[in-house]
Amino acid sequence: MSDHHDGHDHDHDPIARRNALRAEALESLLIERGIVDPALIDAVVARFEQDIGPLNGSKLVARAWIDPEFRTRLIADPWAAAEELALATGPERTPIVVLENTAATHNVVVCTLCSCYPSSLLGLPPTWYKSPPYRSRVVREPRAVLREMGLDLPADTEVRVWDSSAEVRYMILPARPAGTDGWSEDRLATLVTRDALIGVARPEVSARG
Amino acid sequence: MHGIHDLGGMHGFGSVAKEPDEPVFHARWESRVLGMVYQVVGYGWANIDAFRHGIERTPPVDYLTLGYYGRWRASLERILVERGVLAPGDVAARAAGATVPATPLPASPTAVEYGFERRLDAPPRFRVGDAVRARVTSAAGHTRLPRYVAGRRGVVASMHAAYVFPDTNAHGRGEDPQYLYNVRFGAAELWGAGAEPGMSLRIDLFEPYLEPVA
Repeated sequence: MSDHHDGHDHDHDPIARRNALRAEALESLLIERGIVDPALIDAVVARFEQDIGPLNGSKLVARAWIDPEFRTRLIADPWAAAEELALATGPERTPIVVLENTAATHNVVVCTLCSCYPSSLLGLPPTWYKSPPYRSRVVREPRAVLREMGLDLPADTEVRVWDSSAEVRYMILPARPAGTDGWSEDRLATLVTRDALIGVARPEVSARG
Repeated sequence: MHGIHDLGGMHGFGSVAKEPDEPVFHARWESRVLGMVYQVVGYGWANIDAFRHGIERTPPVDYLTLGYYGRWRASLERILVERGVLAPGDVAARAAGATVPATPLPASPTAVEYGFERRLDAPPRFRVGDAVRARVTSAAGHTRLPRYVAGRRGVVASMHAAYVFPDTNAHGRGEDPQYLYNVRFGAAELWGAGAEPGMSLRIDLFEPYLEPVA
């Protein structure tokens, strides 16, 4: 129903085939006319395939969990905090607001009008984030959507849905899960998934540790 | 505009499908489209608001079936034809292996420095805590005021800086910077008596989208 034509089953899906053919035709025309440089396309693709991803967010969160002063700096200026950890980021420094999730308040982020996301810090968003089911539903029935995605929130947790409708971007700072006392920063970072940075999951220590 | 892109609150799209270990791109063409958009927007052939408006003008059935990068591709084609970089039919002809005559190009635009925050001398109209109503509009152009908040009452929760106003910038009518507010809306105000309990919405709205509530 939604966005599942993105390139799957290329040879048999006429829409994927048309997208591929026309993208290739467009690129060759724009190169001929001097509008785009293929080497710069390569560079942007490499940036997102190799350099920038959710691991940036995992590292920021793990440091914030073990260092309260860093946590304050992260909330005050996420880009300066990213520089402090020497993270690879894109040049587009869209303002980012860091939202803290607690037992009392659970924040979750969406962009109903397109798919705005803090890409220069966290990489490109997943397909589900860009899909009509998520964009249409999470502003109306966030608990139901989160439950379907595997996160069953207690009834007394307030849910705040953030529709990023302008040029401000949002990143979740999840709560540190119980059972992680004494963990190293690197090990803590492994608990922080991309889904937790969007607010559709919470970091958890599995039963087997 | 009241387009298919304005999805907030709609029914009927089913459940959210997560893909385990999803790759960054599902096909090479998706990555090429992303790289082209970064340059076309970065070099000023179209600003980000015009590009978004190009996506919004994808016919509704195509919008829902082309996929995310397919919509980007369609918007790129649409905008570059409108800018005179491509003639209508050029992309289809090249894709079919036909000869595409050279087009005399329009003058190169000036590359724009990235960033949308602007300084305004005039003071903001609203303050944190003010009761506001999101305006009802049926303008056909680009806007970042979604249907599901239009006409609803909320409260200014926090202030951002002033930013380039997408509603004018998308249409070549200048940046016309406006203050941006984060506004809180209650569940029942948006969704009525059957709203999900214990939820609220926060959304960033430009000053012209808001009117005071007495």
